[in-house]
Amino acid sequence: MTSPATDAPEPTLARYNFAYLDEQTKRMIRRAILKGIAIPGYQVPFASREMPMPYGWGTGGVQVTAAIIGPDDVLKVIDQGADDTTNAVSIRAFFARTAGVATTTATPEATIIQTRHRIPETKLREGQVLVYQVPIPEPLRFLEPRETETRKMHALEEYGLMHVKLYEDIARNGRIATTYAYPVKVEGRYVMDPSPTPKFDNPKMHRSEALQLFGAGREKRIYAIPPHTDVVSLDFEDHPFEIQSFDQPCALCGGEGVYLDEVVLDDRGGRMFVCSDTHHCESRRAEGHRGALLGDEASADAASATVKEEM
Amino acid sequence: MPTVLVASEVKKSFTMHMRGGVELPVVANVSFSLDAGSCAVLGGPSGVGKSSILKMLYGNYGCDGGQILVKHHGRHVDIASADPRKVLEIRRDTIGYVSQFLRAVPRVSALDVACEPLMIRGASQAEAREKAGALFADLNLPERLWSLPPATFSGGEQQRVNIARGFITDHPILLLDEPTASLDAANREVVIGLIARKKAEGAALLGIFHDLDVRNAVADRVIDVSAFAAGKAAA
Amino acid sequence: MVSADTLEPSVQPGPPSAEKPLLSVEGLTRVYGKRIGCADVSFELFPGEVLAVVGESGSGKTTLLNCISSRLAPTCGTVHYRMRDGASADIYKMSEAERRYLMRTDWGFVHQNPIDGLRMTVSAGANVGERLMAVGNRHYGNIRRAAIDWLARVEIGEDRVDDQPRTFSGGMRQRLQIARNLVTEPRLVFMDEPTGGLDVSVQARLLDLLRGLVSDLGLAVVVVTHDLAVARLLSDRMIVMKDGRVIEAGLTDRVLDDPRAPYTQLLVSSILQV
Repeated sequence: MTSPATDAPEPTLARYNFAYLDEQTKRMIRRAILKGIAIPGYQVPFASREMPMPYGWGTGGVQVTAAIIGPDDVLKVIDQGADDTTNAVSIRAFFARTAGVATTTATPEATIIQTRHRIPETKLREGQVLVYQVPIPEPLRFLEPRETETRKMHALEEYGLMHVKLYEDIARNGRIATTYAYPVKVEGRYVMDPSPTPKFDNPKMHRSEALQLFGAGREKRIYAIPPHTDVVSLDFEDHPFEIQSFDQPCALCGGEGVYLDEVVLDDRGGRMFVCSDTHHCESRRAEGHRGALLGDEASADAASATVKEEM
Repeated sequence: MPTVLVASEVKKSFTMHMRGGVELPVVANVSFSLDAGSCAVLGGPSGVGKSSILKMLYGNYGCDGGQILVKHHGRHVDIASADPRKVLEIRRDTIGYVSQFLRAVPRVSALDVACEPLMIRGASQAEAREKAGALFADLNLPERLWSLPPATFSGGEQQRVNIARGFITDHPILLLDEPTASLDAANREVVIGLIARKKAEGAALLGIFHDLDVRNAVADRVIDVSAFAAGKAAA
Repeated sequence: MVSADTLEPSVQPGPPSAEKPLLSVEGLTRVYGKRIGCADVSFELFPGEVLAVVGESGSGKTTLLNCISSRLAPTCGTVHYRMRDGASADIYKMSEAERRYLMRTDWGFVHQNPIDGLRMTVSAGANVGERLMAVGNRHYGNIRRAAIDWLARVEIGEDRVDDQPRTFSGGMRQRLQIARNLVTEPRLVFMDEPTGGLDVSVQARLLDLLRGLVSDLGLAVVVVTHDLAVARLLSDRMIVMKDGRVIEAGLTDRVLDDPRAPYTQLLVSSILQV
């Protein structure tokens, strides 16, 4: 996140400003980000722009990234933990072309990580920025559709309604069944929607060394969690917050204590559970870890590499 | 015996706005007093204003003039000018009333209807029910009716629930508006006994009784309401 | 002829006792442009007292209710409320946060239409428990137990605790709304035509329930109704409104049995006898 250049380096598209957005817009977004950082968890309205992709494809995250990225940044983009899905690949390509920045799939090497619905397994460090793509920033909306009312509730710290939602969960399922977009309280003040990440990732937000920024393009809201901020998941005394646990390790890398995706293998009920964080899984395999479904021969392909993507 | 209530120069008329504001004088210059341990009866032909006087004493009707001083909590309060909350307090603690008709509340049992005045004064439910049960038994109200809401009871049965409700407390003043009107002879005797007991306990009673036998049995004194007829007041 | 002289001389014209009012309304006026909502209304409400506000539609009774319950700022006049610590506070000089806190703890508001007072998409239990959670209760088991207790008090079975109110009848919804309001044991409850729109038999049951709860809990209530029978059954005192003004006030049974103002006489004489 170095200061952006107004004159974009080669070989970006000549027609676009550095990182696509004009400097005025970036300034406006940066002001919203700074305000968000100053008031952790508070949703700051901003003048969301039309982006060359549909709403729901990460327009909020892309605008935040565009506003903070500089020529020396190294960008990683993940979608549900994977670097190789369509959304991740397109956004990475978008910035490679409009900003000419280096991209990577390696979590430790990235300075900015834009994410949809996951936090990398590798612990983030000081100096890194995690940019979340957010579909619905308002955690109270499920129970109170009026924006005028939810804003007042945030202002007056009236958060009983959040627990009503959790109560309903327990009443219906015997336990808190919310598994993603699990509401958190930031620095003891604002209740915040962490975007649809699995609740497994909630503890990673707590006192993270990295800066966390959230952008909701369609809803025109930006919010932030500065480094080392308390992020506590809401719960009941007799139904404390718990993260998902998996009864088997990753089928490919044998990793434990990580978030796994279920992959259906055939039409006869065959399935496997593998790391949702593809970089984490590949690095472990590169280190020689082997899961139950993987043979012994070392896969030759490098787990990750920092590359300047080809035009 | 001490005087517990004094009415002096009490006046009542109705202004009928629905009939062009015509004024109907009812009574004027009503003056009498009630003593503890005795029973006075309001006498005079019907329509002379007996019920209106009882209702003014109970605060149910407003007065157009005069004073009704009642000894309440050791002090004297003018019901005619008391504010509503004071009137309610007087009804709770000092003046009881047995009306002619029971105003039944849906779904409340006869026993609880009778208990209510005691419960308002902080008695336990058990104590109130025991007293109400004893009164019902005295009044020969069949026990199978006790737990039913009185709305469907006969006139006489309702009347007895009403009497129990009025006699359950130890209000120093008790107003009775034809409490025996729909009762048979046996139950009239019971009511005469209850009134005698109240007198013995030191209560002051004021009643309207059309039944001469009852009146003669209970009355220490008859106050002739004809003397207060509104027409005569000016004279 | 006897006179007052026969009694001891300490004649007291019956001033209110030392008890202080819970709610004091003074000179309350609300205008809508040139139209009067309510004008120059003053009254006091004491702890445990039920006050009925009666009048026809458009008489200003709902405007008055909204003004005294902090839902609609008056044009002029004041509303003072005696807080639990005994201090009297002008509700329109409080911060909005304080006012809203008051509304969900020490006050209740029962709407005519339960849909306005309930969350239709969450269970009955959560509807009742919401206020407890709002004041910081974080024990699911305790919240649920309190909800079931309160449902029982309004005659809703424990087996309905997880059902949404949209599956309830009108009478049940109204009883649920009452439970939702009373769970924090408020001292003052505002009711806007609480039995309006219900069948007569359902109405009777609700009235009886309300009567019991009011006396058991010692609630102070301001109930707005156009139904004089409701006023008679529930209230100690009543005020009659017409064209935004109070035209008669006093003991409920006296206003109904000995009405003075022409309009009150018209109202009382318009009651259908069954």
